[in-house]
Amino acid sequence: MVWIQGSGMAEAHPVGFRWVMKAKERGAKIIHVDPHYSRTSALADLYAPIRAGSDIAFLGGLIHHIIETDAYFKDYVVNYTNAATIVNEEFKDTEDLEGYFSGYDPETGTYDRSSWMYEGGEVASAAGQREHSTQAFSDRTGAGMMMGNVESDETLQHPRCVFQLLKKHYARYTPEMVEQVCGIPRETFLEIADTLIANSGRERTGMLVYAVGWTQHSTGVQMIRGGAIVQLLLGNVGRPGGGVMAMRGHASIQGSSDIPTLYELLPGYLPMPRAREGEVTLQDYVDRGGSARGWWANFDKYIVSLCKAWFGDNATPENDFGFPWLPKISGNHSHFTTMMRAMDGGLDGLFVMGQNPAVGSQHSGLQRRALGHLKWLVVRDLADLETARFWKDSQEVKGGEIRTEDIQTEVFLMPAAGHVEKEGHFTNTQRLLQWRDKALDPPGDARSELHFMHHLAKRVLAHYAGSTDDKDWPLRNLHWDYSEHGQHAEPNAEDVLREINGYEVATGRHLSGFTELEADGTTACGCWIYSGCFADGVNQTRRRNPGNLDDPEGGWVSPEWAWAWPANRRILYNRASADPDGKPWSERKKYVWWDEEEGKWTGYDVPDFPAPKRPDYKAADDAVGMDAISGDDPFMMMADGRAWLYSPSGLLDGPMPTHYEPFESPVDNLLYPKVPANPAALVWDRNDNPLNPPRDPRYPVVASTFRLTEHHTAGPMSRNLPWLAELQPEMFAEIDPMLAAKRGIEDGGWMCIVTERAEIEARAKVTHRVRPLEIAGRTVHQISLPWHWGSHTTSEQGVTGDTTNDLIALSGDPNVSIEDKAFSCNVRAGRRHNSSTARLAHAVDNELKLSGDHGAEEPEKAGQRGDSQHPPELEDE
Amino acid sequence: MGESHRPKGFKRLRGLPVVGRAADWGMGPHAVSKNTKTAGSRIAGLKATESVCPYCAVGCGQIVYTRDGELVDIEGNPNSPINQGTLCPKGSASRQLIQQPGRLTKVKYRRPGGTEWEELDLETAMDMIAERVIRAREDHWQTHDEHGWKVDRTMGFAHLGGATLDNEENYLIKKFFSAMGAVQIENQARI
Repeated sequence: MVWIQGSGMAEAHPVGFRWVMKAKERGAKIIHVDPHYSRTSALADLYAPIRAGSDIAFLGGLIHHIIETDAYFKDYVVNYTNAATIVNEEFKDTEDLEGYFSGYDPETGTYDRSSWMYEGGEVASAAGQREHSTQAFSDRTGAGMMMGNVESDETLQHPRCVFQLLKKHYARYTPEMVEQVCGIPRETFLEIADTLIANSGRERTGMLVYAVGWTQHSTGVQMIRGGAIVQLLLGNVGRPGGGVMAMRGHASIQGSSDIPTLYELLPGYLPMPRAREGEVTLQDYVDRGGSARGWWANFDKYIVSLCKAWFGDNATPENDFGFPWLPKISGNHSHFTTMMRAMDGGLDGLFVMGQNPAVGSQHSGLQRRALGHLKWLVVRDLADLETARFWKDSQEVKGGEIRTEDIQTEVFLMPAAGHVEKEGHFTNTQRLLQWRDKALDPPGDARSELHFMHHLAKRVLAHYAGSTDDKDWPLRNLHWDYSEHGQHAEPNAEDVLREINGYEVATGRHLSGFTELEADGTTACGCWIYSGCFADGVNQTRRRNPGNLDDPEGGWVSPEWAWAWPANRRILYNRASADPDGKPWSERKKYVWWDEEEGKWTGYDVPDFPAPKRPDYKAADDAVGMDAISGDDPFMMMADGRAWLYSPSGLLDGPMPTHYEPFESPVDNLLYPKVPANPAALVWDRNDNPLNPPRDPRYPVVASTFRLTEHHTAGPMSRNLPWLAELQPEMFAEIDPMLAAKRGIEDGGWMCIVTERAEIEARAKVTHRVRPLEIAGRTVHQISLPWHWGSHTTSEQGVTGDTTNDLIALSGDPNVSIEDKAFSCNVRAGRRHNSSTARLAHAVDNELKLSGDHGAEEPEKAGQRGDSQHPPELEDE
Repeated sequence: MGESHRPKGFKRLRGLPVVGRAADWGMGPHAVSKNTKTAGSRIAGLKATESVCPYCAVGCGQIVYTRDGELVDIEGNPNSPINQGTLCPKGSASRQLIQQPGRLTKVKYRRPGGTEWEELDLETAMDMIAERVIRAREDHWQTHDEHGWKVDRTMGFAHLGGATLDNEENYLIKKFFSAMGAVQIENQARI
């Protein structure tokens, strides 16, 4: 069974979807839940339309149904999840507090999470503690290490055990409620729920596939948590054919999270050091980021080895390996916050490499305006694009709202090398590191980003070589030793990969994996989870033996094709594919098991467990590190060795997913009428970021976005290409016939889509692929918008069109600062008369004001907004 | 993979009474023209290099065919267990990505208030960028933030992008910009 929700997999990941079709040929059931009937839906056995943004109500309905019908996989749930763990009595559920969990502070719009903890202990989440991106550091909100022994009740009857809390939390998420909130008829919902149940258990497994249809919401992280809870209840994690598959959208978006160009992370998901009162010492960072129990007890080895990779011989035990000189974050420095700093005149320069925020970022009209407030902008790409030429022919310039001559931004547009013109590796959506050989030279002055960074670094390092200023210590002591080759002095990509893999400092020997890392400075490693990718001095990411795909021993998962992190493991937590005694749950779903004769774990994959740890090993109460993980605790990254149905720490907006409406919704929150939207979510409350008021009759239509096979994201990689431009030439909107008739919109004719931010035009595709939904007794219409078009193409055969992201407001999930793409709007027939963002002009009160450092403007929390306006009642659409 | 399946499927088609005859008329060896017979393989004599598709994150294997350093075509890699030789429309068009009209070969420069692009020498542009990034670092250096907490950072410049780059490139971006004290480093994963 393959359950796809929050993803248009056939459209956006067509070759990956080929394997879904292979599974279907072998009898697998395919389920698709999506606002928009697409190529994915057409090939599914079961399709349900859902109102955009209401997925948690649906997922809560599944959890409710699975528990009510006693359909969960009991042996798995009791032994491998925290279902039996007892939560302390301070905890209050949203059922007790009308839509809030305990600990909510309406002043700051944040939660104090201390009351969410287990009874008898505190636990650390998998990646160390997290803090609210705008929350000042507080010892109370951090999870700390797990102390003592937590209480549990394996009969699952204790009223405060996780299982009972889950049951209570979702008690009102009935099939009737799902129908009212999501617009999915209860029969369809029950058919899907029963199909999931029938295809899970000892003999069968099912997988969940999601993509940015889930992540891009003010409740995005909790949607994914909801999917994970369903999969855990059904026993579908760590087993072949199971799992939660995130379909990621760019060739190396997984890699750029692992080796992050993200503000709050260091390589390998180590947190960036965060400022607090007093000095942030290495010991302090390790105490807060690590965990006494479980795998994260190794945390100190990873950060020290990273410092050794960065500062080489200059990183010593005496100077805490250079750690004290790393920059510290304080609050939110995410993309949106940074662009608002630019808008307010606080940011001098911006590098943009292979990204097109003028089209691809939310509230793109404001993004383009913000670019005009920079002193300088460096864009690296294959061809000219909207982000580089915002000053020349953007909507705002063409509309006369901004004059080119008034924009003082200096722009460097640098020619970049394409994927076949350089060597290096991408990490794909299944954590597979795949090397590309170089096939030809880049043209003219085009260079790789590796070349650019290397030669920029050499210039800057030369400038600081003689400095004695303490703040320049990291530059003076940076280990930057990459060999160069060829006429352009291209740095050697494999040198960089060797550093990422890690080496023994004394000998330079390549490490075989992260288990060799030490915290005493004897090892260096640029990204601990990638350690092993250059084991034995061989570039393992360049391996190209697919093996025999029909033979489980030799190639079910192609173990010799490229290299997967961690440790070339293809399925994470695969210890869970065997029962607590170490035997496969069934012969049919055999994957990793305990070999009593050999005294080790073995199977078709690299076991995700210490190889010699017996299944009957019982951790002592006072054990630390991996000794604290028992032989039947497969989820060893967690301090308690269990998968979490309930998150006592790690998330900022609740221990269990809860249905809230999108910020802009024409519908009330039927489950918690007093709390319309996620109370912990981020809002940028600025004049130039106006929101459509909730239930405003001017914005009765629900909108969401989707991708097309023939285009790629914001378009620079597809709109200039003659073949692709011909296949999908024009921006369009899918609209249902009833709404189209009401507004006089004709199939193939022009229509406009309007929000508080913008008005864009599109060709109307009048179609039953989007259908009006019955929501709480009234009809709600939805439209679906692709978002690949922008104002510029470099080619006569290329295509341009209006930019969907002009419509969308800045807002953010509190955990990850990713926006809400389910929004409200209105539609009308005809074309627009002004530039798409003309209506923004009156809201921008600091147009081209270039002086003054305003500092980071922090987003506000939803709770801080005084939503006292009561819009008039909606007319029935 | 494809090769081993094709005869089997084709044989099966030929076994069918009507389709089989149609296969002989339209698709069999009789349909091959003299020109086709003498033309030979399009990829004969070309250099084949193994690569990976640059679009979505499925990670399809590609084979890049070149002649004397010129790109001739890009096809799916039949050995890849991910795509087994197949590519989607974008992957199939990736030759045009490299050879697209308007491919940049020179640095383009827009001066403050300027109305047109100008061209810049690469080395000059690199020097100018280095000068600007150093100045931005210095002008917006913070040893302590507004709470008096130690931050050791610059707020003068930011970086965006990385999901279409190589891990080696992202590693150098994170390493070097962090050493400069920059914290505003972001990419598509946030969007």
